[in-house]
Amino acid sequence: MKIHKYDTVIVGAGGAGMRAAIEATKRSRTAVLTKLYPTRSHTGAAQGGMAAALANVEEDNWEWHTFDTIKGGDYLVDQDAAEILAKEAIDAVLDLEKMGLPFNRTPKGEIDQRRFGGHSRNHGEAPVRRACYAADRTGHMILQTLYQNCVKEGVEFFNEFYVLDQLITEVDGVRKSAGVVAYELATGEIHVFQAKSVIYASGGTGKFFRVTSNAHTLTGDGQAACYRRGLPLEDMEFFQFHPTGIWRMGILLTEGARGEGGILRNKDGERFMEKYAPVMKDLASRDVVSRSIYTEIREGRGCGPEGDHVYLDLTHLPPEQLDAKLPDITEFARTYLGIEPYTDPIPIQPTAHYAMGGIPTNVEGEVLADNTTVVPGLYAAGEVACVSVHGANRLGTNSLLDINVFGRRAGIAAAEYSHTADFVELPENPESFVIEQIERLRDSTGNERVATLRRELQETMDANVMVFRTEQTIKTAVEKIAELRERYKNVSIQDKGKRFNTDLLEAIELGNLLDLAEVMATSALARKESRGGHYREDYPNRDDVNFMRHTMAYREVGDDGTESIRLDYKPVVQTRYQPMERKY
Amino acid sequence: MATPVLDKADAAGQPEPGFADSPYITVTFRIRRFNPEVSAEAVWEDFQLEIDPKERVLDGLHKIKWDIDGTLTFRRSCAHGICGSDAMRINGKNRLACKTLIKDINPEKPITVEPIKGLTVLKDLVVDMEPFFQAYRDVMPFLIAKDTNEPTRERLQSAEDRARFDDTTKCILCAACTSSCPVFWNDGQYFGPAAIVNAHRFIFDSRDDAGEQRLEVLNDRDGVWRCRTTFNCTDACPRGIEVTKAIQEVKRALITRRY
Repeated sequence: MKIHKYDTVIVGAGGAGMRAAIEATKRSRTAVLTKLYPTRSHTGAAQGGMAAALANVEEDNWEWHTFDTIKGGDYLVDQDAAEILAKEAIDAVLDLEKMGLPFNRTPKGEIDQRRFGGHSRNHGEAPVRRACYAADRTGHMILQTLYQNCVKEGVEFFNEFYVLDQLITEVDGVRKSAGVVAYELATGEIHVFQAKSVIYASGGTGKFFRVTSNAHTLTGDGQAACYRRGLPLEDMEFFQFHPTGIWRMGILLTEGARGEGGILRNKDGERFMEKYAPVMKDLASRDVVSRSIYTEIREGRGCGPEGDHVYLDLTHLPPEQLDAKLPDITEFARTYLGIEPYTDPIPIQPTAHYAMGGIPTNVEGEVLADNTTVVPGLYAAGEVACVSVHGANRLGTNSLLDINVFGRRAGIAAAEYSHTADFVELPENPESFVIEQIERLRDSTGNERVATLRRELQETMDANVMVFRTEQTIKTAVEKIAELRERYKNVSIQDKGKRFNTDLLEAIELGNLLDLAEVMATSALARKESRGGHYREDYPNRDDVNFMRHTMAYREVGDDGTESIRLDYKPVVQTRYQPMERKY
Repeated sequence: MATPVLDKADAAGQPEPGFADSPYITVTFRIRRFNPEVSAEAVWEDFQLEIDPKERVLDGLHKIKWDIDGTLTFRRSCAHGICGSDAMRINGKNRLACKTLIKDINPEKPITVEPIKGLTVLKDLVVDMEPFFQAYRDVMPFLIAKDTNEPTRERLQSAEDRARFDDTTKCILCAACTSSCPVFWNDGQYFGPAAIVNAHRFIFDSRDDAGEQRLEVLNDRDGVWRCRTTFNCTDACPRGIEVTKAIQEVKRALITRRY
């Protein structure tokens, strides 16, 4: 075992982690731990754009953006946080441009902007061009630009270091972050990182679904590490299903395709979104569009022999426009479906995309231990966190924005905290939990396979807690997850070695997914209303009286060692916007 | 507006011609295995599996790892050609496993899968990427603008100036190009195509002021002049970057000092 000491440790090297690292490295001795390499993170898969009311191509302002974000989130958004997001968006985009990001340009040479779902002029009048973009590679350009600037700033990376535990020490009755424990993939060695401040920026949990736009590696590692140590998870029932995933594969096809004029059609060729969202049509918010697609499919208007998908039609757009604005997604259609988007519509279905919930933080990125108490020295930003700027449904282009605004804020806050704080003493045998976990998996002779359990988990999640949910389907999922958690105790792995043991890694990732799936389903069961991405067919309306509040889920361990989930609730921060019925 | 022709796309759900009614076929994956904890020698190992030819080579590797042999080791993440984790040598050519469909590489014969060449193999298909990233860092892969006053708004750039370096912004640092280069195989000191691509991305960016410095780095004995224009890199690039052309443009800029 090795012990390292840093002022600031950042867990994850996607957009939020690297944006934080650029700030933290300037201010404190910083280490970035990632289970991948920095440029492998899933920020790179984001396509369409990053929202900011630059008003380069038409009238716009950050107040409209704030309103759209709050309405998009179905009024579960903390309004003070949304205001910060929209206001700081403008500098966040300009900062990236100054760092070198190659945005598409207007004829005047300014950053070009395009339309995106849910972003509107003057509180819902019409779509507005707010998304700053670089073709359909905006996430790739952000990830590369941030990595380039990390190289410039000399950020210290520990690549393929997998963080498995969050260390917390109680000091004078206050639980403080003491550091993290990581597993070095190349060697199998355990490393303890003692740090004055720790920032989680380890991304989402999308791999508990089968049809997902998420990378194989998005297994909720940061959420699970904090949750196991008694910290709450907020709003985990809210998961976004992106309307346009490649049929059966789930690979993302950007909403920017509809921003450029693409149209969704059913088997009769009908532009069905006109029925569901007369003003915004195909550019309604994602939860609305995904439900509309499944309504079409359920009512027999789906395409193909099994009627299980609809079409994204780009055939009326000039090939030059597709080449210039949507080169990657048109190539995906050619590569994975053998379809030419110039002439043929692309079969799509909603795909699990984004966790609105996560580790609760305030607007400085400080992690909360309950509704109000901060955990000194602990921060989170990006998809792993819940500020909450996305509420019940995130708007497209607001996640690339979130990672930049709150990544930066967390980086500054954590580094500045490290100037004022001393190192917190490590718990006794800080590595013991991780060693026990690894040895149990490595020595197990049980007869359960990781891949089997993961498939069963993904199948139950797709079937029961996706776009449409009921009491019965959620209960089915809760029971199945409980069964899988029990069977997980008998999981064994074949690779017993120390070097690059990805067999072991996948077993640990599955354990995280199972913990988080249980929180997700349990939170969903208790929320007896429909709001944003959480749609209950048995409670089809939003219930502001009983449920305009955030879910806070805590892991409890009884005296006999039995685990359970305790649900609590946190009020939504409301400033100037009264909840209204949500129409697009 | 014309109604789209819907029946054409339905073919996507049907088996490709020549693969009979069942979408599944039996293929052999012949994989170069190496685990220094077990043996100092690398060996070939064959695996038979049932697979839909429209699936990816990565899907085949996952079937082996998940259902047959959990010790098989490779890197992957996004699974659709964006993250650059899974560059490997498939049937003797560098490709991304997640962007290569079984039907596109003749599944009648064993599909050979090896680690990319020129970098030290650590286990199975996993190589040491550090020398690759070191060469990348050496070309100063970040914008250096010598503005005396940083503008309050964005720097202006015409669409034409933006287009000048568009191709090289697509790089995902997968190392498929560099590890396909015979010069790099023979001499690991050579910067390699990917580093030059990333230098090109800044040299030809109208906002950047450090072109001269980067050109001097690449004028080094291990720099661009080692390129023998074999076009392996261009063939290997999963992002379709014209790598050899970019290297030629850097060479020309070194001679003319115009860029």
